[in-house]
Amino acid sequence: MSDQAIPEVSAAVAEEAPQSGPRRMVLNMGPQHPSTHGVLRLLLELDGETIMKCQPDIGYLHTGIEKEFEQKNYQQDVTLTDRVDYLAPLSNNLGWCLATEKLLGLEIPPQAQWMRVMLTELTRIQSHLVWLGTHAIDIGAMSVFLYCFREREDILRIFEMFSGQRMMTSYFRIGGLALEPPRGWQHRVKKFIDAFPGKVDEYESLLTNNRIWTGRTKGVGFISLEDMLDLGVTGPMLRAAGLKIDARKDEPYTSYEKFDFEVPTKTENDVFARYQVRVEEMRQSARIVKQALEGMPEGPWKADAPHVVLPDREKMKTQMEALIYHFKIVTEGFRVPEGEVYQVVESPRGELAYYVVSDGTAKPYRVHMRTPSFGNLQCTPTMIAGSLIADVIASIGSEDFVLGDTDR
Amino acid sequence: MAVEAFDTDAVTAGAFDRGELTLEIAPGKIVSVCGFLKYDQKFVRLSSVTAVDRYPSEPRFEVVYHLHSVEHKQRVRLKCRVYGADPAIESVTSVWRGANWYEREVFDLFGINFLNHPDLRRIMMPDDWQGHPLRKDYPVTGHRI
Repeated sequence: MSDQAIPEVSAAVAEEAPQSGPRRMVLNMGPQHPSTHGVLRLLLELDGETIMKCQPDIGYLHTGIEKEFEQKNYQQDVTLTDRVDYLAPLSNNLGWCLATEKLLGLEIPPQAQWMRVMLTELTRIQSHLVWLGTHAIDIGAMSVFLYCFREREDILRIFEMFSGQRMMTSYFRIGGLALEPPRGWQHRVKKFIDAFPGKVDEYESLLTNNRIWTGRTKGVGFISLEDMLDLGVTGPMLRAAGLKIDARKDEPYTSYEKFDFEVPTKTENDVFARYQVRVEEMRQSARIVKQALEGMPEGPWKADAPHVVLPDREKMKTQMEALIYHFKIVTEGFRVPEGEVYQVVESPRGELAYYVVSDGTAKPYRVHMRTPSFGNLQCTPTMIAGSLIADVIASIGSEDFVLGDTDR
Repeated sequence: MAVEAFDTDAVTAGAFDRGELTLEIAPGKIVSVCGFLKYDQKFVRLSSVTAVDRYPSEPRFEVVYHLHSVEHKQRVRLKCRVYGADPAIESVTSVWRGANWYEREVFDLFGINFLNHPDLRRIMMPDDWQGHPLRKDYPVTGHRI
């Protein structure tokens, strides 16, 4: 590191396009840089080791998924939501299902709601594990990755047990769940969740007091709370700056109000604080999963709405109406009343919102996904301006973005 | 509603549906209304900016803003209707810097111009792309000749 004093860079200047000059060098980072977790390109203007300006270039993973939404019917669109944020598929499933159910005015039975809570919290743990492992690798701690992926594998196996898929689960459907919960799921989830808090202690023992880790993360990646609110940042980053904001508490959905959990906050507002917040969130999610497991209500796992929910196989073979409904739902879908909703859920990365406009037909008229990664990534130029190039990796890693979620 | 007290001409229509408040704002007033809502009504967060294409009816586009008040735990949706011929609206980047990328996205995918935007370029599609994919008259599949 250079001994020179780090020049002051104002946030407004940092967002202009980088240019070479007598003492300035433009460095292209990405799009295939391993620590960008996807395909993100950063144009950095350097003065020695110091970042003067930064310009993120996104769109490499743009798939036009919002256009695709308009071509399929509501139930088919569930499968698209997995592909947006591929590290938190069930959170996306949930957002989409809740938005459509709000348009339909559908009541979801308690068991399905609790099952949704349990699985989205497992998704949160899984997503944070991937974040922790890869973030530690970026900074140079190889072994944490292996520990994190060991537990992640257990969660993916649980997902496979429920839905038949490890990542693209599509397990939540409009009106409830896709399949009946499998036999013996309680045992599998219980086994995992009883052991998990001890595993979190293991990660913490590797990192929290590790001098290299604290040296690389403490005081790095600072950005003021006002800047973050202004730039559209959400989720653990805001909580690491002391703002207690969490859609699960503020605007409870799918019966989160019945669960007892804390929203962890920190005030240091650096990479280390974000790490601490996410680790604590994993513990809190484990608490929620445990409560869901112990208090899981009995009853149906899909809503009583024959025009929306596919009938049971057994009924189809014995009842004419069930067969007709099945045929109609599969061939033409179901009509959704006119209107528009903005459904917010707390994804592992922050505020995920589905804006759905319906024109009364079986296909959505317009779908917009307000994805947390897009908002979080926008603060990068302000965050890394004036910092050293070695801290860029730690800083952008702490944003925890998924490029599929950013570009859609 | 406080917005009407602030500027009587600004709100052209309003609706409260499924627990969500929608206000239709005259396009020329959007920046002043957003400033009022941010500084006086504590809607400190701009959650998203997007658009809806109502092709072939006119005004063709709806530019939709979702605001969030962290303090009061409230959300409001603002909507501006813009005509299809040379669509343009004032940018709200002067109120929230975070509107920058959202407006670039709407510009890229809908072709709506944002006046006084600091950096209005395509964000998702390649720079030399022709057309705006999320418009309703843009085909879903096909090849450019």
